[in-house]
Amino acid sequence: MAHVVIPPIRRLLTRWGIHPDSHKFPAAGLDIADAGLPPLLVLPLSQQAGAPARPVVKVGDHVLRGQLVAEAVGHVSAHVHASTSGTVLAIGDAPMPHPSGLPGQGITLRPDGLDRWAPRDVEPYPINLAPEEIARRVAAAGVVGMGGAAFPAAVKLALGQRSGIHTVILNGSECEPYLSCDDRLMQECAGDIIEGARLLLRATGAQHLLVGIEDNKPDAIDAMKLAAHPYPEVSVVRIPSRYPMGAERQLIHTLLGVEPPAGGRAADVGVVVHNVGTAAAVWRALRHGEALTERVITVAGGAVAAPRNMRVRVGTPMSWLVERAGGLTREPARLVVGGPMMGVAVPDLDVPVGKGASGVLALTAAEVGEREPSACIRCGSCVVACPVGLMPLEMANRINAGELGQAEDIGLRDCLTCGACGYVCPSRIPLVQYFAHARGELMARERERKRLDEVRELTEARAARHEREAREKAEMHARRKAERAAAQAAEAAAKASATQEESA
Amino acid sequence: MNSPVQASPHALSRRTSGHIMALVMAALVPATLAGFWQFGWPAFCLWAVTVLSCVLAEALCLQWSGRRVAPVLSDGSAALTGWLLAMSLPPWAPWWIGVLGGFISIVIAKQVFGGLGCNVFNPAMVGRTVLLVSFPVHMTQWVSPQVLAQGTDLAQAIAIGLNGGIPDALTSASLLGHVKTELGRGLTLVDALHGFLPEQSMLGLRAGSLGETSALLIGAGGLFLVFKRVIGLRIPLGFLAGLCIPAAIAHAAAPQAFLPATTHLLSGGALLCAFFIATDYVTSPSAPFGQWIFALGAGLLTWLIRTWGGYPEGVGFAILLMNAATPLLDLWARPRIFGRRIGGKPLDARRAQEVTR
Repeated sequence: MAHVVIPPIRRLLTRWGIHPDSHKFPAAGLDIADAGLPPLLVLPLSQQAGAPARPVVKVGDHVLRGQLVAEAVGHVSAHVHASTSGTVLAIGDAPMPHPSGLPGQGITLRPDGLDRWAPRDVEPYPINLAPEEIARRVAAAGVVGMGGAAFPAAVKLALGQRSGIHTVILNGSECEPYLSCDDRLMQECAGDIIEGARLLLRATGAQHLLVGIEDNKPDAIDAMKLAAHPYPEVSVVRIPSRYPMGAERQLIHTLLGVEPPAGGRAADVGVVVHNVGTAAAVWRALRHGEALTERVITVAGGAVAAPRNMRVRVGTPMSWLVERAGGLTREPARLVVGGPMMGVAVPDLDVPVGKGASGVLALTAAEVGEREPSACIRCGSCVVACPVGLMPLEMANRINAGELGQAEDIGLRDCLTCGACGYVCPSRIPLVQYFAHARGELMARERERKRLDEVRELTEARAARHEREAREKAEMHARRKAERAAAQAAEAAAKASATQEESA
Repeated sequence: MNSPVQASPHALSRRTSGHIMALVMAALVPATLAGFWQFGWPAFCLWAVTVLSCVLAEALCLQWSGRRVAPVLSDGSAALTGWLLAMSLPPWAPWWIGVLGGFISIVIAKQVFGGLGCNVFNPAMVGRTVLLVSFPVHMTQWVSPQVLAQGTDLAQAIAIGLNGGIPDALTSASLLGHVKTELGRGLTLVDALHGFLPEQSMLGLRAGSLGETSALLIGAGGLFLVFKRVIGLRIPLGFLAGLCIPAAIAHAAAPQAFLPATTHLLSGGALLCAFFIATDYVTSPSAPFGQWIFALGAGLLTWLIRTWGGYPEGVGFAILLMNAATPLLDLWARPRIFGRRIGGKPLDARRAQEVTR
């Protein structure tokens, strides 16, 4: 196994980020439980970054586990597969994990309880497959990034092939509080992860694989080191625990000491980052021919009786998971899908979990904290916390004053919306909300500007066409007139000559 | 159960603005108690009057402008302003100095600008500076320490506070004021400094304001704040470096004309300023580079004003001047954004070097 250690000086010089209370236990200390089959499953069509998938089944169809029920549309999208065998009950609006609380498109499935798999394509030695074939099968299995953003994994592989990747980084940092699903997965399925990561390595043509794991997960580090031992190209690296260490660029910088340029991609520095869960899903997909139908989710929070990590079918309602974790001990102040720092607050427990959901949290009022905003005292805590080197207080000031353009000038677009600033703010100012609002507003303005541009172009084109037509008409008119005049003149001349001849 | 829109993060740190103000006040307690012990009841009365008038002024302004009084007052920022102002006043100043200073600090320097977080200048320093310029006699009458040992009771204290007279036997000059006068009379520095020992400044056994006499306790309070991560080390270190480095160079070049760095460090509230005044969040830059410029500039200005200015004290003026530069420093000295050059252009795509060995 290769040996990589982060230079101590880089640890010392790293000043960004925060150390929120981890709340990882008791869930992190218990093995992964099976959440079982709920009475109804709702498969969201839009559980990946990019375009929603298009259903390929009809209401009433009987489907098998792993059968394609909705196919990817366009370049950035992912297939959706039935997560158990059963009958399609409905296709259409269903409650979805979105902060608006608005419903979204989904396929409702009633499990038949047999959990029968569709035919699976078992491949004993997937490492021998061609890189293109690996990418194709990853896409066919509907694998997306399991860290939260749910970017289709195959699209990332294709990007990698095009841009000369030398290092694949596996993100095992899991810096969000409460969440321990990656931690447990690394302890229990280290082999799957390492094998899957080697497939990612082959698919991208990279030579090195770095696994970055925060030093608050010693058991995961040990398990992964053991699994990586036979492979010289793989090295498992202890990285400092701080939030947001799992942010792609921050992780690359911590591990390799290079900063990907702003506005560019990780591939610009020859690196691609995948979550450990994604690697495991890739292994299941290629070795066992299993489409992505389940994932590990942390069910936790102060209002949950028995926090636990669970292997959960995609499309399981949150209420089922909370029930499996012993139910609620008290009224939660907030329900969150994902981690507490960047997760989405949902209005109730009816919503299903998708492929990108790493946690289901029921937080008490004490955990969420008192959030009556008061005046900014310009303490600069947010400046210290920001992992990107922004001045959140200055950006918020400008947004407050309606100067969105100025906020953009001082870095609004570089914001990760990681929430570190909002976490530390002693005045409880909802900074992330400011930035999300401003970005939405800027995007709306941009769209409006584009639309106006198009309208103007069309109007101009029409005016130009009218002008051209009028000119052509006039020219034709003039030409005809000239022709007529010429003809008349010729006639007159002919007459005159005839008269002359006659007279002669 | 849930309100419609809840932005992330769904967790918060426990520290609030109120906690921060409380920690700063806690850091001021030892030096303040030591001051009371040295200067007796009159010092306590002046302190109480100043703090109360600041809180009252804040309450009146909030009431006036139709804002909720109780939640804003409870953050403690007005009381802290009053406390810092009281620590910069002569301990036996008449009561109306405290009241007037408190109202100037809160009404003119803070609320007129829009209240907490909106003021450009440090309220306590505005209060002190206006008082110093308007009432130079009252603001430069210092009392000898260890009065408590000589015996003052509350009744006597109130009489002194109301009438404002310090018995001649108890008046004394502050070190910097004394030196300025003596140098003005043409004496050499060695004669002027005769009888002043640095140990006195350390322990606070000499004339001055509550905040300047006991350098040791002020420094300890400041380090407590650094330890609690309420303030960083940049501004205190920068300020002290900006003050002491030029002082040390000048003193080495001409010992007769320039005070040594230790005297500058231990006099005139330099430490109070470094840890408590210059580090005021609202009126100092929030980015690292800006903080260095701010602190070094304030320290240097303090030395310049102390050495060549008309007033023996330079801290208040220096802070106010650098406060004026803060908005510009915040705009100009922003941190480098990750993945960008200092000017804001994206970095070039650089291949990560081979990392395994």
